[in-house]
Amino acid sequence: MSDTINFIIDGVEIQGREGQTILEAAEAAGIYIPRLCHLKGLTPHGSCRVCTVLVNGRPQASCTQPVAEGIVVESESERVQQIRRDIIDMLFVEGNHFCMFCEKSGNCELQAMAYRFGIPTPKFPYQFPKRGVDASHPDIFVDHNRCILCGRCVRASRDLDGKHVFDFVDRGPHKRVAVNAEARLADTNLDASDKATEVCPVGAILRKRVGYAVPVGKRLYDEKPIGSDIEAAKTK
Amino acid sequence: MVATNGMKRIVIEPVTRVEGHGKVTILLDEKKQVQQARLHIVEFRGFERFIQGRPFWEVPVLVQRLCGICPVSHHLAAAKAMDWIVGGEKLTPTAEKMRRLMHYGQFFQSHALHFFHLASPDLLFGKPGDPLSGFAADVAIRNVIGVAAKFPDLAVQGVMMRKYGQEVILRTAGKKIHGTGAIPGGINKNLSITERDFLLKDIDQMVEWSRSAVKIAKDYTVEHLEKLAPFGSFDSNHLSLIREDGAMDIYHGNLRAIDSVGKKIFDQVDYQRYLDYIGEEVRPWSYMKFPFIRSLGPEKGWYRVGPLARVNTADFIDTPEAEAARKEFMAVTKGKPNNISMAYHWARMIELLHSIERIKELLHDKDLQGTDLVAKGERRDEGVGLLEAPRGTLFHHYRVNKDDQVVMANLIVSTTSNNEPMNRAVAKVAKDHLSGVEITEGLLNHVEVAIRAYDPCLSCATHALGQMPLTVELVDHEGNLVSTRSKN
Repeated sequence: MSDTINFIIDGVEIQGREGQTILEAAEAAGIYIPRLCHLKGLTPHGSCRVCTVLVNGRPQASCTQPVAEGIVVESESERVQQIRRDIIDMLFVEGNHFCMFCEKSGNCELQAMAYRFGIPTPKFPYQFPKRGVDASHPDIFVDHNRCILCGRCVRASRDLDGKHVFDFVDRGPHKRVAVNAEARLADTNLDASDKATEVCPVGAILRKRVGYAVPVGKRLYDEKPIGSDIEAAKTK
Repeated sequence: MVATNGMKRIVIEPVTRVEGHGKVTILLDEKKQVQQARLHIVEFRGFERFIQGRPFWEVPVLVQRLCGICPVSHHLAAAKAMDWIVGGEKLTPTAEKMRRLMHYGQFFQSHALHFFHLASPDLLFGKPGDPLSGFAADVAIRNVIGVAAKFPDLAVQGVMMRKYGQEVILRTAGKKIHGTGAIPGGINKNLSITERDFLLKDIDQMVEWSRSAVKIAKDYTVEHLEKLAPFGSFDSNHLSLIREDGAMDIYHGNLRAIDSVGKKIFDQVDYQRYLDYIGEEVRPWSYMKFPFIRSLGPEKGWYRVGPLARVNTADFIDTPEAEAARKEFMAVTKGKPNNISMAYHWARMIELLHSIERIKELLHDKDLQGTDLVAKGERRDEGVGLLEAPRGTLFHHYRVNKDDQVVMANLIVSTTSNNEPMNRAVAKVAKDHLSGVEITEGLLNHVEVAIRAYDPCLSCATHALGQMPLTVELVDHEGNLVSTRSKN
């Protein structure tokens, strides 16, 4: 028996494999489904919901939803795009994101996503939450103002570094990333070479003293929109 | 509105066609004589406070948001301070020349903007032999659109020169406005051959137009010298950075201050020690600070900065055409410092020419294609960065903790230094031109013209919270509102 699973994304027939998520199967077929919390190599998390698709009409996170024979997936429809746009909007207003001077600008996945979706400014009111920074570590700077709670650092530290430096504390609107120490990052065993320091999609976890070293025009998303590498594979 | 000391207040707000907004209060005594004028700035900006806690490498990109006209000044002044923090103040030749190119590009665009777009309407519409009549010309034509209609070539030159400066900034900072080029200890890019050739394409045209701009400013000033000389003028000290050999240097040097007749108050002062020489006073009616030369005290120690001060303090300019223009300029006052407010325009155009001469020189310098971009040395926890912004000496001073966070910031922007001089200019104009207790349209315009000569960037010195209509209030010495006059 073949383990190929046939399903449809936006009217196109796709062959996935048993155990793949919709996002993975789509990607293998050169279809980019936007995502923020998902990162290849990390356990799927399903928290940001930017990868939301309609599966047989129901909203599902495509990064955690396995493919199934005969499902009909809607990804690029206006309805789905609007859901994603609203989620991105909310991520912006929930934190304090000042792209104009942020050193992650041009390399930031959240910013790149906003550009991809044509969001010049959020439609929801800014929340301006009061959040702090943790500059205690000699090599790593943490700015909670920009954290979108994607959990990449949490998963990378736990699963790839085997350290558990970061984790979530509190719930609901009070949820935040905390460190495995009394208060400061400097008191954890985080090392500058840890994977957890490389996975942040935004400017919340940064390597110190190297900001702006890449000139405007040469940054990751200056030339091509986020996701274009996956889409380019399809063209080939 | 409370009147004090038996004086009347006449209020003019805001000043149009300066960058940002201002309000003017003219204080009259019981005999209806002008006693004092205040360029009344009550808006508050707060950068010095809210960058506290931010990582130091972010500051050059963050603080330049103070202004959209000369952000490069703040970008570079902050970067120069951060050079000290990372011990990289001895820049590589590529880094220093790229930064200089960026700075000259900004000077060029900012001076062109001011002269052609903001100031020229005041200068071009006067009756023959009566420059002051131009200040009161019909507001319907006395604006950049009026200039474009009557002097289309000039208007086009202004636009193209500004554009050229912005193109230089784009290729050195990465963006035309609010770029990221300067980083602590250096620069993040060099100038590619393609970029260099693009900029070389129009350089001779820009030099030519700059020459003619100097001529316009010179002819206007010399021709009307008798009437312009007293307009908003007063004796003052002058301060600027100066190169070790006494040459004008807008990117780097030591501090020099001279008095109104050219006697040196101090010279070749290392600006890391600026606090030993410059104090700042706070006055209750303005959020702007009043800097002064310590040895002279707050009363006598105020000084002018900007193009006029720089041309006055310099022993020479190291580009030939600007130097020739400087000599002509200094000849008007027989080699002594020029204290004429309206001479700022001429001095500004000499600097415009100097900037484009330096740009041309730099574009032929192979160091700009170098690849050694960043210098580092021993880490410090304090740094001061000074340069000459288009509007005058700009001071940035930071302290950083061991975690790399800014814990103290002190900025003295050029408009702050020119605060007292602008008050003096307005008081002089009001004394000479106010008759009775009514603000005429003409007087209002005269006050604006005097302030505009200083090219103040009020949004940079503080910040306006919303736009106000232009309102003139006349209040008698008992605090009663006598009359109000408004203009949009």
